[in-house]
Amino acid sequence: MAVTIVLAVVIIAGFLTGIRLMQSPRTALWGNRLGALAMVIAIAWTFIDTGQGSYPAALIYIAIGTIIGLVLGQAVKMIHMPQTVALLNGLGGAASALVAWAVLLGYTGEGAVMLFWGTAGLAIGIGTLTFSGSIIAVLKLQGLAFRKPIQVKGHGHILRITILLAALLVILNTGYLGSYYGQLIPIVALLGLLGGFLMTLRIGGADMPIVISLLNSFSGIAAAIAGLAVNNFILAGTGALVGVAGLILTRIMCRAMNRSILSVLAGFTPGIQRKISLPGDQETASESASDHFTEEDTETDLTGQEAKQVITASEDRDPDTTLSELLKNAGRVIIVPGYGMAVAQAQTAVRGLVDALEAQGKEVKFAIHPVAGRMPGHMNVLLAEAGIDYEKLMDLDAINPQFAQTDLVIVVGACDVVNPAANSVEGTPISGMPVLNAEEAKNVVVCNIDENPGYSGVDNILYEKKHVITLWGDAAQTIPQLTAMVTKKEP
Amino acid sequence: MLLAIFIILIAAALLGYRVISAVPPLLHTPLMSGMNALSGVTVIGALAVYYTVPEGAGGWAAAALILAMINVAGGFWVTERMLRMFQGKKRDSEVEEAPWQ
Repeated sequence: MAVTIVLAVVIIAGFLTGIRLMQSPRTALWGNRLGALAMVIAIAWTFIDTGQGSYPAALIYIAIGTIIGLVLGQAVKMIHMPQTVALLNGLGGAASALVAWAVLLGYTGEGAVMLFWGTAGLAIGIGTLTFSGSIIAVLKLQGLAFRKPIQVKGHGHILRITILLAALLVILNTGYLGSYYGQLIPIVALLGLLGGFLMTLRIGGADMPIVISLLNSFSGIAAAIAGLAVNNFILAGTGALVGVAGLILTRIMCRAMNRSILSVLAGFTPGIQRKISLPGDQETASESASDHFTEEDTETDLTGQEAKQVITASEDRDPDTTLSELLKNAGRVIIVPGYGMAVAQAQTAVRGLVDALEAQGKEVKFAIHPVAGRMPGHMNVLLAEAGIDYEKLMDLDAINPQFAQTDLVIVVGACDVVNPAANSVEGTPISGMPVLNAEEAKNVVVCNIDENPGYSGVDNILYEKKHVITLWGDAAQTIPQLTAMVTKKEP
Repeated sequence: MLLAIFIILIAAALLGYRVISAVPPLLHTPLMSGMNALSGVTVIGALAVYYTVPEGAGGWAAAALILAMINVAGGFWVTERMLRMFQGKKRDSEVEEAPWQ
């Protein structure tokens, strides 16, 4: 007993230390390895403690799972990380539900009876919900099915009734001390599956970061509750850790997207229903642009002057010339990547552009919006994969004050996260959303696929500004054009 | 026993909140896949019940063992792969830093 508690504390402390080491990219690798070591010790100890050393059949299942896990972990591409994490969320939820179900079948009535039935029922409900919700998320992310959000009539009501009914049955089963578990619990499992299905079915692509984080949290909560059901300290503590991590990330994602978790789950996808145009924008846009312009007039540095010429003369000059001048004259460059860059598979092209710019002694940084991808931190992984040094990757708070001192911003496949309307226009889905202040830079080049609004459906007033040059098309093609302009020798 | 398990659960949640909040957005994806691996801790629950459950229920525990181990192995391995990329190109002055150094 005392040994159990001490060991549980040591294992959980190991996990916590591992996460603590993940606070810096330099030590993160060791943090992950420490976590893995703690997990191996936990499994080995449980194996010996339960006297299974003499019945090694469980080892076979462990081996099967390990092999599948390693093959999966090795095979997935970095671009597919969101669906990988979603899949693992689902398996975690399913595993917790299965453990609760297995222990329930063998329950003999010892210990705290009410607590047992309550937690076992909950673990099954939440576990099945996590499983089906995650599987739908995987299908959506992988583009296999339900790509468009699907909403049936009375969707919200059906979802609420499903979850309430499941909760009611869990309570009922607890009240009857499991006398009717054989009838009630399978229905709880079915309702859980239905609930997860309904919940994720109507989620749109860009809301995925929120849903994946939430399901991540659910998988932990299911494990923690299963831990209470089977009286396992390590399971309860570690599950709580995962649950908290998921909740923290869910909150961060919600803030970054200006959404509440309820509006996401309620299936409100801003851009789907209507295209939101901003009456009177043009005025605001040109006004603030001219403000900006006057400020620029007073700037004495050469780049500012050059840029001004470009802007005023851009209509009767070859846009290619102005672009290549901008690129050549810029000293400080910030690149703003969005999910469009990942869709266009333009990471390597962007890397080429960075190398070309840096070869000329320019300073290049990346501004990473928290939702620039399909899951928290996804963009950083994609850029690191392309070989871009993580020290160049700056998050929103760190980079925003720097835009004003930047000569050139290159936006690649990002829309809503650079839309100044978030700060200047009231009453849109993005009003008040934290955005990257790209418009504060002296010049902006936008390399997006087209001028259509982003996920929010709000027109991007950045495109209209005078110091912004737009370059529509596939970023995998347009970025190398920019690179060629940078590397081209002076005539 | 009951009190102890609740204390551990709540202490882990509170300490976790502090530690996880300080992980930079740069590493949020590896953090999540690492959490996938940790949620595979259900494997020890599955192990603990595997031989105590009656005939016929063993299949459920075995399925839980496999799924949870996929989480553990898959989660830790993709995290390892991602974090290796963040070691990146090391400049001469910058050697990989082990935590105990």
